[in-house]
Amino acid sequence: MSIHDPAPEATTDNSLVLREDGTYPERFEDPGHPEHHDRMGDNDPKANKKAERQVVFFFVLSVIATIGFLVAYFAIPPGETPESMRLSNFLLGIGLAVSLLGIGIAAVHWAKALMNDHEKSEERHPQQSSPEVREAAVDALREGAKDSGISRRGALKGAMVGSLALFPLAIAVPLVASIGEDWNVSLFKRTLWKRGTKLTIDPSGRPIKAADVTIGSVVHVIPEGLEDAPHPLDEKAKAVVLLVRLDPRDLKEADDRVGWSYDGIVAYSKICTHVGCPVALYEQQTHHLLCPCHQSTFDVADGAKVVFGPAKRALPQLPIAVDDEGYLVAQDGFSEPVGPSFWERLT
Amino acid sequence: MSTTNSPVALPPTKGARAAGATADYLDQRTGIGSAVKEFARKTFPDHWSFLLGEIALYSFVVLLISGFFLTMFFVPSMTEVHYDGPWATMQGVQMSEAFASTLRLSFEVRGGLLMRQIHHWAALIFMAAIVTHMMRVFFTGAFRKPREVNWVVGFTLLILGLAAGFSGYSLPDDVLSGNGLRITDGVVRAIPIIGSYMSFFLFGGEFPGQDLIPRLFTLHVLVVPGLILALIGLHLFFVVLHKHTQYPGSGRSDKNVVGYPLFPIYVAKAGGFFFIVFAVIALLAATMTINPVWNYGPYDPSPVSAGAQPDWYMLFLEGALRLMPGQTEWVIGQYTLSLNVLIPAMVVPGVLFTGLALFPFIEAAATGDKREHHVLDRPRNAPFRTAFGVSLLTAFFVLILAGSNDLIATHFHMSINDITVAFRVLLFVGPAIAFILTKRLCLALQRKDRELVLHGHETGRIVRFASGEYIEVHKPLDAHERWLRVQHTPRRPIEIEPAEDSRGVRRTGYRVDRIRQRLSQMFYEDRIEPVTPAELAAAQSHGGHDALPAAHEEREALTAGATGGGTHLTSQEHEPTGETRP
Repeated sequence: MSIHDPAPEATTDNSLVLREDGTYPERFEDPGHPEHHDRMGDNDPKANKKAERQVVFFFVLSVIATIGFLVAYFAIPPGETPESMRLSNFLLGIGLAVSLLGIGIAAVHWAKALMNDHEKSEERHPQQSSPEVREAAVDALREGAKDSGISRRGALKGAMVGSLALFPLAIAVPLVASIGEDWNVSLFKRTLWKRGTKLTIDPSGRPIKAADVTIGSVVHVIPEGLEDAPHPLDEKAKAVVLLVRLDPRDLKEADDRVGWSYDGIVAYSKICTHVGCPVALYEQQTHHLLCPCHQSTFDVADGAKVVFGPAKRALPQLPIAVDDEGYLVAQDGFSEPVGPSFWERLT
Repeated sequence: MSTTNSPVALPPTKGARAAGATADYLDQRTGIGSAVKEFARKTFPDHWSFLLGEIALYSFVVLLISGFFLTMFFVPSMTEVHYDGPWATMQGVQMSEAFASTLRLSFEVRGGLLMRQIHHWAALIFMAAIVTHMMRVFFTGAFRKPREVNWVVGFTLLILGLAAGFSGYSLPDDVLSGNGLRITDGVVRAIPIIGSYMSFFLFGGEFPGQDLIPRLFTLHVLVVPGLILALIGLHLFFVVLHKHTQYPGSGRSDKNVVGYPLFPIYVAKAGGFFFIVFAVIALLAATMTINPVWNYGPYDPSPVSAGAQPDWYMLFLEGALRLMPGQTEWVIGQYTLSLNVLIPAMVVPGVLFTGLALFPFIEAAATGDKREHHVLDRPRNAPFRTAFGVSLLTAFFVLILAGSNDLIATHFHMSINDITVAFRVLLFVGPAIAFILTKRLCLALQRKDRELVLHGHETGRIVRFASGEYIEVHKPLDAHERWLRVQHTPRRPIEIEPAEDSRGVRRTGYRVDRIRQRLSQMFYEDRIEPVTPAELAAAQSHGGHDALPAAHEEREALTAGATGGGTHLTSQEHEPTGETRP
């Protein structure tokens, strides 16, 4: 391919050219395309042949790898153990990778070593259409508009716009009406916890005896009867509770919450007040509860107030007591909505 | 060289006759001949950085292939089942059908695990390629006229890529992605007034509900990839329409495009590169486990694992959420406004993305330049843009690191609180420092270019003249080296009409002009302009130590054998001779 370009002849001459009036031009001149350098294979038939053989080798390698893939597929099933699964995955993957890589390398090597490597130059044209074309386009639109008579017929225009604007409602209204089920967002404020609900262990559902909870231990708690709820997972997402037993001397209780704990046992909602992750990391020494998602840190000894991180509010506390048989029960439901904030949370 | 085009016409082979007949059949019905004539030998310039966009395209093709495979076995349902299969630790565990079918296609479908891992790796590479491709386009100014529209198309593809990644990543219904959805729910609820309803809209009622996985599935396999495919078509159509940009160099201008023909060079190179990209993804999938949901377990709102990170492209949002102090939640009347969630999850990405999407238009306003640009900028020649881009990236990377603050804390045994506080400061200080440093660096590199053009390469050869004077021999740049450093047009702050005309009447539109001028000054006040021929002539005639007339002849003999200053552009054969011209 030859260079058919208006740029000046290729040159490495760097001398400055004076203009006719004896001054220098404002800008340098483009020296034109640099000289082309031949590859070894362009002049040496042996090197050329060698490159060709390399290309053939990589295509053949791909064929072999594909066959290898098929052999691995039929001969080495994933089996039942993690090791056999890993082996099957590894062999199939390697087979596929080499099969693809062979084709890729062969094609690129062919292009780089054997195909014509003379650059060519093509002219660009401005993106905008010529003034005549623009004029013709405007004329076409004007003529079309005239044919339709849209500018004269105001009522027609209004009716058309109105109908087009309204018809999507026929699709949107049924969709929006149903897509949020019953749209009863006040469900956010309710949980399964109510007066007398037994605290049970997550996930077994066994009730918890206060005497079995040792100081410093943590129990993940769900309300009794969770499995029988119409949507157990939805309820669990709101109702999970973390139970911690502290030394009663460490516990600081607000005046309005006296009696919400039982002998150093406190229960807090496990749903972070930031964006709702389960707050599951308890640090026994500091009584701090850490959310692993965004590191909001709550002090269990002090009303689960925020001591660090992006959450603002303390975790809601579940008031607890012990029933006649010594099992932990809720005194009442949560006194505020659990989980992340939302606009109408306090209404 | 090619010898296949023998002048003697051989009788056509059977294959050639069949091809000819097919071509004739098609052309008579579609006129495809003119398209082939137009495009077969279309010229494209070559550069490694142009491959980044190709990687994005090819990994998307890999996503389509592997994704089709997965849909054959995945069941997008939240119906609860009990697992019964070869993975022992999950035996009998209650889980959704989505999770159970993910286990089945991983362990029981032969090659299924490979396809799943290919799909996930390809998604990560797809996003990484989009981001780096966008960086290339940004730093070289490839978004300038006429390509602003295509920049917006590419930007939309970035957003769609995020949507595709997030919707797909959540489908297996495992505990890690489930917590990601829970965070999404928390973020959506923070939206004022309509937040709770938006949450119901997404989940079909309360979180997690029964509808989310099927809904995400439809988005993930139909809506989002459909849009991506359509926009990729548009993106590539624009590339063909505008013809590709090219890096500056001798013989390349805004009026031409220099490169190799589509057929056969790019058919082979780009086609081959598809296989290489696919192969690398397959290699990753063969050797490195990704998203082992079988270890995480099915979604349950109660457990969560420590050190939980989303896929990398979501990490900046996670980091923003982690950095925001909680004190910013307000209660107004009886309504709660959670700025501690809204700012990191909506305002930060909003600012980042809006700035990115609008940058071509902002720069065009500051530059006041209406010409088409097809020759790329060297990043140093646009110091403000380069510095702005680097500072944006710095903020992005600080947020990514902040999203990994727990891992940093455990790996380096540091206090997570200290790390978080440090990142809060760094989020503001880091970009500012990055901006200043980058801008200074760009200006310094431009000065270096000027220095080279004016005085040439240092050769390291010290010569003593008869007069006793010592000089170091400098070797002037050849025309190609020089052109690279002087080809760009200097950009200066725009000038505006004065506020009042000759009769002292205030002109309308002055305010807008003044804002534009300020913007323009911000972009172009500090600048180094390329050397002009007159400057070079002046430097050669009296400034340069090479140019002492007395030493002229002596030096000529010396520089004839001078070695280049370490750049490959110098070629020995074209040793310049008349480097001084008084």
